[in-house]
Amino acid sequence: MFTCTVSPTRSLSLSLSLSFHSPPTRVFSRSVSVNSPSRDIRIKLCTFFPPCIFLFVILSSLSSCLRKTMLHVTAGRIAGLLSRRGGAAFSSSSSRMASHGHVGVTEQADMSVPLYCDRLDTPLPDRPYKDTLSAADESLKQKEKGPWNSLSKEEKLTLYRMMFNETYAEMKKPTGEWKTVWGGIFFFIGLTGLVVLWQTHYVYPPQPPTFEDEWQAMQVKRMLDMRVNPVEGFSAKWDYEKGQWK
Amino acid sequence: MSLVKPAMRGLLAKRLRFHLPIAFGLSLVAAAGFKYTVTEPRKQAYADFYKRYDSMKEFSAMREAGVFESVRPTGK
Repeated sequence: MFTCTVSPTRSLSLSLSLSFHSPPTRVFSRSVSVNSPSRDIRIKLCTFFPPCIFLFVILSSLSSCLRKTMLHVTAGRIAGLLSRRGGAAFSSSSSRMASHGHVGVTEQADMSVPLYCDRLDTPLPDRPYKDTLSAADESLKQKEKGPWNSLSKEEKLTLYRMMFNETYAEMKKPTGEWKTVWGGIFFFIGLTGLVVLWQTHYVYPPQPPTFEDEWQAMQVKRMLDMRVNPVEGFSAKWDYEKGQWK
Repeated sequence: MSLVKPAMRGLLAKRLRFHLPIAFGLSLVAAAGFKYTVTEPRKQAYADFYKRYDSMKEFSAMREAGVFESVRPTGK
């Protein structure tokens, strides 16, 4: 007799109630895998994360081709971070440190005066790029005060480079950083997949009996007997006369 | 050269005048769509189910299957 705590061991009443008036047919329509569920998970993981690692290898090799521009940009950013460490009070510390002869310490930027920056949102920085002008530069600056039609193309370009370091086109140049980002993402996803695979083998407790196919079949049959959702849902899809799914 | 003075006021009002009717219209369309694709078929499904529903037949079928605890299947 069916109660809530039916055990999965086969009994006579169970086999009798499992057979309908037709010959025993499969109660459930989904496919049954021959492996146990933990092996299923392992197989799914084995097929999933090697492509991740493969993709990461490809992307890291692509990004290593552009290591020059990559390192230049990241090194520039790190140097910028280091150089901006000094505050107004430390404007004289660079001379002190240089006198002590510390090796490999970059001179700290003086933060008490306006600084130059190449930023897309700041078209006119606080000071020109070149503020120590040679004699030739000075004479060109004097010529700039006159009519600009008299300036040649090279003189205009020289004046531009005196005022600015990079053009907008140079600032907006693509860096290829996205390859490292995607590579890192796939690498860590793959690494996580390895960790999870190890966990399924060494950490997870044994699966409850309710995951087995026989138990699932008995569960489906009990739900149909109880007429679960008979209007639009579960039992509505079962043909009770024929004993099969509609 | 003299440039045209840009609009300084009424920007939100102008945006609302354009977008609010669209918003209301789309909401009404969504509600009507849901009504006629979900609720009306569901009401019909329930009506059809109960038109030919024999509760005693269903009860005895469930009883024979043995899902009840208050009544045993007949024959025990």
